[in-house]
Amino acid sequence: MNILVCISSVPDTTSPINFTDNNQSFDKNGITFIINPYDEFCLTKAIFIKENKSATITVLNVGKNTNDSVLRKALAIGADNAVRINQEAENSKIVAKCIVEYCQDKNFDIIFCGRESIDYNGGKVPGFIAEKLNLPFINGCVGMDIKNETMELKREIDNGHEICESAFPAVIAGQKGLVEEKDLRIPSMRGIMSARTKSLEVIESTINIENNIKVIHYEKPIQRSECKMINEDNVEELVDLLNNEAKVI
Amino acid sequence: MSVLAIIENWEGEFKKTSFEVLHYGKRISNEIGQELIALTFGANNPERLEGYGASRIINVSNLKFETTTNNNLAKISAELITENEASHIVISNTITGKTIAPLLTSNLNCGLISNAIEHPKTHTPLTVKCKGFSSKAHITYESENQQNIISIVPNSIGLIEKNDEKSEVLNINQKSNLTNEKMKILHREKSNEKISLADAEIVISAGRGLKDPENWGMIEELAELLNAGTACSKPVSDMGWRPHSEHVGQTGLAINPDLYIAIGISGAIQHLAGVNSSKNIVVINTDPEAPFFKAANYGIVGDAFVVVPKLIAALKNFKN
Ligand SMILES: Cc1cc2nc3c(=O)[nH]c(=O)nc-3n(C[C@H](O)[C@H](O)[C@H](O)COP(=O)(O)OP(=O)(O)OC[C@H]3O[C@@H](n4cnc5c(N)ncnc54)[C@H](O)[C@@H]3O)c2cc1C
Repeated sequence: MNILVCISSVPDTTSPINFTDNNQSFDKNGITFIINPYDEFCLTKAIFIKENKSATITVLNVGKNTNDSVLRKALAIGADNAVRINQEAENSKIVAKCIVEYCQDKNFDIIFCGRESIDYNGGKVPGFIAEKLNLPFINGCVGMDIKNETMELKREIDNGHEICESAFPAVIAGQKGLVEEKDLRIPSMRGIMSARTKSLEVIESTINIENNIKVIHYEKPIQRSECKMINEDNVEELVDLLNNEAKVI
Repeated sequence: MSVLAIIENWEGEFKKTSFEVLHYGKRISNEIGQELIALTFGANNPERLEGYGASRIINVSNLKFETTTNNNLAKISAELITENEASHIVISNTITGKTIAPLLTSNLNCGLISNAIEHPKTHTPLTVKCKGFSSKAHITYESENQQNIISIVPNSIGLIEKNDEKSEVLNINQKSNLTNEKMKILHREKSNEKISLADAEIVISAGRGLKDPENWGMIEELAELLNAGTACSKPVSDMGWRPHSEHVGQTGLAINPDLYIAIGISGAIQHLAGVNSSKNIVVINTDPEAPFFKAANYGIVGDAFVVVPKLIAALKNFKN
């Protein structure tokens, strides 16, 4: 089995979100970057598949060399080789185009992406890739069982779950459930050492850039006004406030 | 040219988000002076969409959202969008909407602006304010594309009054040749919660402060009383106390109900990220220093096992 896991490098979840350039750029100063949590569930699932059936796992990132550290971490966790397409990830279309181009002659059986990245939350890249490569798209995947010629997949829907069957190859946008939180792996010393000997290939991008969607302004949401404290012996007051002031009950 | 709203339904019936999409599409249609077309699949009563500004309602009556793959829903939608020369396509950010939108964008080679929380600011070029960084930021995007899909965050746009204008209702059969399918839907398991978290206008959420999964009875009772959905913090779902589908926050579901009641949740930055665009937040916590109070509208410092039963009693009183 030949598996690709697309990895996005995102600000650590505790990062303060600030802006520069007159609120036109995200301020990367002092931010630690991590593997997008949704991607990490996918990577761990790929490792499970490898341990059960044998597989080759390639991790791929579209970005500049500042992202090499997350690829190294993915290698230390258990990916076999890493590829970085040297291209500023200005928007989802550019990222998807690079991935599609890379996939053309690689015969991947499974292309994993996280359901969305926790920075821009677009959730666009996996669907873009699936459509361009004309592959089945399983979004919000929370369970996967590989049969001989097909796989059975469980995906989250608005009011429950959907079970579907897909041929290979397919694009799977995963999240927690694919593996559990406790299954996530912290790189071991041996993993970190062996990651140094694994290949991290850098490929120059050859796509035509059409930067057709861009950010023109960032701002922080308006802060809530002071919290009204209510005495625990007077919950009736809360009911009254929810009814008359907030008008939500 | 036209504006086309893709209107989702659930087993043939429309929900609030369906009408939000119409509202959003109507505003654009007025602003750019083009007709609004509503597109839906397998609706039981497509006429229900009348009176919200669509001049035409197209119902692909031989296909249903529940039994058609997203790949195919996107392919058929793309054909109808092209046929109707739609320059603006509006869809809701439900799970289905989030899945179809990028497929459709790639098929049409148009622009996609996702997570919109406001009507467009301008039309040439199109600029729209959206949610980003798990609600820690608002981002205004500009698109250079002539054709764009805008996906809107449920419960952020509001509704418009129905009027008595009629629409042309077309029930059509899918024409696209969907042979050689590489994927099929086997079945769906509906969760047994009465209100899905995605639709809930009120959400009751509980965290590790409840100490044991056995203690969720009062949370469910409170939810039932308020016709609310139930949610939880990440550790609660990681420990298997509650299903993953209830996990809200930066790495779970992002929600923005009218009222979010957080019980025994500390208010970690990752939790707040997924819920802080809720319109009203109530926090019940024993620790007066819990960070959640800083993000709340109303707070009670107290033991959940004492406060929640009191709140249930007070609400029962209020309802009578
Ligand atoms: C990468 C990453 C992603 C994450 N993503 C998410 C996410 O998406 N969602 C999320 O929720 N978390 C997320 N977290 C975890 C987050 O950092 C917190 O650990 C988590 O939200 C804490 O959950 P909690 O508030 O239920 O538990 P705790 O932090 O343990 O808080 C329990 C609270 O209950 C109160 N309490 C105790 N007893 C009572 C009582 N009897 N009555 C009332 N109150 C009581 C305590 O005072 C305390 O404030 C993430 C963490 C990381 C590192």
